[in-house]
Amino acid sequence: MTMTRDGRALRAVVMVVLAIGLIGPIMAGLAQTGRAAFGIMPVLGAVEASLTPWRDLLTEPGLWTAVRLTLWTGLVSTALSLMLAVGFCAVTHARMTTTSAARWLAPFLAVPHAALAIGLAFVLTPSGWIARLLAPVIGLDRPPDLPIVNDPWGIALILGLMVKEVPFLLLVMLSALTQIPVRQHLAAGRALGYGRGLVWVKVIAPQVWPLIRLPVMVVLAYALSTVDMGVILGPSNPPVLAVMLTRLFSNPDTTRILVASAGALLQGGLVAGAFAALWFADRLMRNIGLWWLRRGGRGSSAEPLLRLASAAVIALFVLGALAMAALLIWSFAWRWPWPEALPQSWSLKAWASPTAGWLRALGNTVLLASATTALSLVLAIVWLEGEDRAQRGRAGWAEALIYLPLLVPQIGFLYGLNILFLRLGINGGYTAVIWAQSLFVFPYVMIALSDPWRALDPRLTRAAASLGAGPWRRLLAIKLPVLLMPILTAAAIGIAVSVAQYLPTLFMGAGRVATLTTEAVTLSSGSDRRVTGVYASLQAGLPLAAYVAAFAIPAVLHRNRAALKGSSA
Amino acid sequence: MSLDLVDLAVRLPPGAPLFPPLTLSVAAGQVTTVMGPSGVGKSTLLDAIAGLLAPTFALSGHINLNGVDIRPLPAEARRIGLMFQDPVLFPHLSVGDNLAFGLTPKIKGRAARRDAVAVALASAGLSGLQDRDPASLSGGQRSRAALMRTLLADPAALLLDEPFSKLDVALRDEMRRFTFLHVRERAIPALLVTHDPEDAAATSGPVVRLPAPQPPR
Repeated sequence: MTMTRDGRALRAVVMVVLAIGLIGPIMAGLAQTGRAAFGIMPVLGAVEASLTPWRDLLTEPGLWTAVRLTLWTGLVSTALSLMLAVGFCAVTHARMTTTSAARWLAPFLAVPHAALAIGLAFVLTPSGWIARLLAPVIGLDRPPDLPIVNDPWGIALILGLMVKEVPFLLLVMLSALTQIPVRQHLAAGRALGYGRGLVWVKVIAPQVWPLIRLPVMVVLAYALSTVDMGVILGPSNPPVLAVMLTRLFSNPDTTRILVASAGALLQGGLVAGAFAALWFADRLMRNIGLWWLRRGGRGSSAEPLLRLASAAVIALFVLGALAMAALLIWSFAWRWPWPEALPQSWSLKAWASPTAGWLRALGNTVLLASATTALSLVLAIVWLEGEDRAQRGRAGWAEALIYLPLLVPQIGFLYGLNILFLRLGINGGYTAVIWAQSLFVFPYVMIALSDPWRALDPRLTRAAASLGAGPWRRLLAIKLPVLLMPILTAAAIGIAVSVAQYLPTLFMGAGRVATLTTEAVTLSSGSDRRVTGVYASLQAGLPLAAYVAAFAIPAVLHRNRAALKGSSA
Repeated sequence: MSLDLVDLAVRLPPGAPLFPPLTLSVAAGQVTTVMGPSGVGKSTLLDAIAGLLAPTFALSGHINLNGVDIRPLPAEARRIGLMFQDPVLFPHLSVGDNLAFGLTPKIKGRAARRDAVAVALASAGLSGLQDRDPASLSGGQRSRAALMRTLLADPAALLLDEPFSKLDVALRDEMRRFTFLHVRERAIPALLVTHDPEDAAATSGPVVRLPAPQPPR
């Protein structure tokens, strides 16, 4: 059939683009890093395989503390986020539709990690908002002398990660829950004498888990290897491993790159080890869970725990909102002595004085976000359309392929990829940065668009075909306009992901492509809070504006189209 | 003009055919009814004729439209109109644009095309609803608009997949008359699948019964 042949051609195009554009770079980057870790890096004149980089790495001061901190912050933040999200879902699920929840969560999903981290630092720091608000209550006359941000235990980093990851997990869970008859199972369980919390733990959660396993792994991989959040909120000396390696990679002494490469493999090992631990925990819980389930205990009520979890989630949301507000307020503040809760005088100076600086960074950021999002969106649409025309679902390996860039730690392959780009002669330019950012933008765009695309009423395209419309007219005149809302939502997500990229921009841009994120992270270490506030506000504002547009444009275009109003966000 | 099915059978490999090989001929202006219990594969039969069969199905036999075997053609090239249980109007287009989407490209020029849509709307009692959101129409209006959209595509045959089953009783009779009148006026063959004997009676055409599926052994 012609439909199938057409679909095969499209799928072949997608596969080639993915192999060359996505899988190739990651594998090549890993290979380069791997070679360098064993002493081979011809650009530096290192041609002989040796174990010296590993030996140097093991004697690197603070390495083991860094590893311990990485595992501690990554595992604790992920585990806590997961538990809190489950508890919050159990309490609020009946009262919230996925669409309205998505709208609530949007600001927290949109704000880049770095901007949120900077805002959190403004709120948590000894001279920050919380201390100012508490000062009159507990009688402080000067900022407390406590290492609250960059604390050696990584508490601030864990908090920061949680403020970002809980909303993400909530969104993922809510959309997974739409595939499960929660209400009926809850009613059935309660009729058998189980409390609400127990039904969630024993019946609902085991059904949700397979649907959210991959996103949880993404969260885990990110938490274990974040650089920008680690720099801003994490322990400073020694820092978490990924931050330590970024410093080694940027060391003027280029031989340190070999040590850093060995460390990058270690970082990959940590993530792989965490995945293995997750797999064993999964197995173990399955057996223990069944044993527990078969005992049939109705137990005590889990209600207090659920309430505690929801309260904690709300506290995280408040903290996140305060952080975003703090960015904006600091950017307009002038005189703000301690312990005033608000600035005494306001000024536009931070926005006006180094105008050229933020304008250029904003311009770069917008350019990169538009290019990566457009590329990713086109590829995603071609992929999904290819699946439609071939009339075949997605194979498991293709699904895994989409997640691959989000599961491999960035630091594990980005520097190696940088060396490759150097050889291709595109390093330090926009092409290299767009390419590297797209590796992370495309998966999110693809994931965001897949479900709504498949949920499109198939009768619409069948009706169009029987009216004589060929495949391209069906795509352009029916599918894309009807899917406008989810397409724009996917675009907004793509923009948010691009704006948030730190390491790809830093490495591939060779320091020459300054974006809001790279500038904000640099500024966060100590300089003027007002200027930092400007950069971080813009950084948070850009994705937010994209989300608002994704909501407003369809609302205006489809204002007289009732059947499209309820479509999923 | 006629629609001829010769030994047409559909099966889901490795299973047996959904129904015994079907041979029938529908003459121009005539409505032939295929009846059978639900689950017998009536909609699948229409999908096969319209070219919308999922590739997991295996099709054998011939589908001739005016003497030409249309099996190799994709759905959009078969010139076979299809009416569903629901009107399936495109939700992002106005009522008028839904019809304009269907209108055959043979009619050229902005004015001519606009007139053709206006005439079709008027003949369906929908004058003045051109710019309306399809979601704001009543059930009967939507069904008539969907039929008009299908007819504007200038089909050489019409397939009706229980298009009256979801209408309330009063509307059902009116819609049957309206549909069959247009089939006669256009002098095209029409194939109706239904499980409602009243539908079959209203066509005053031949009736073919598909047997209940064999229970799997």
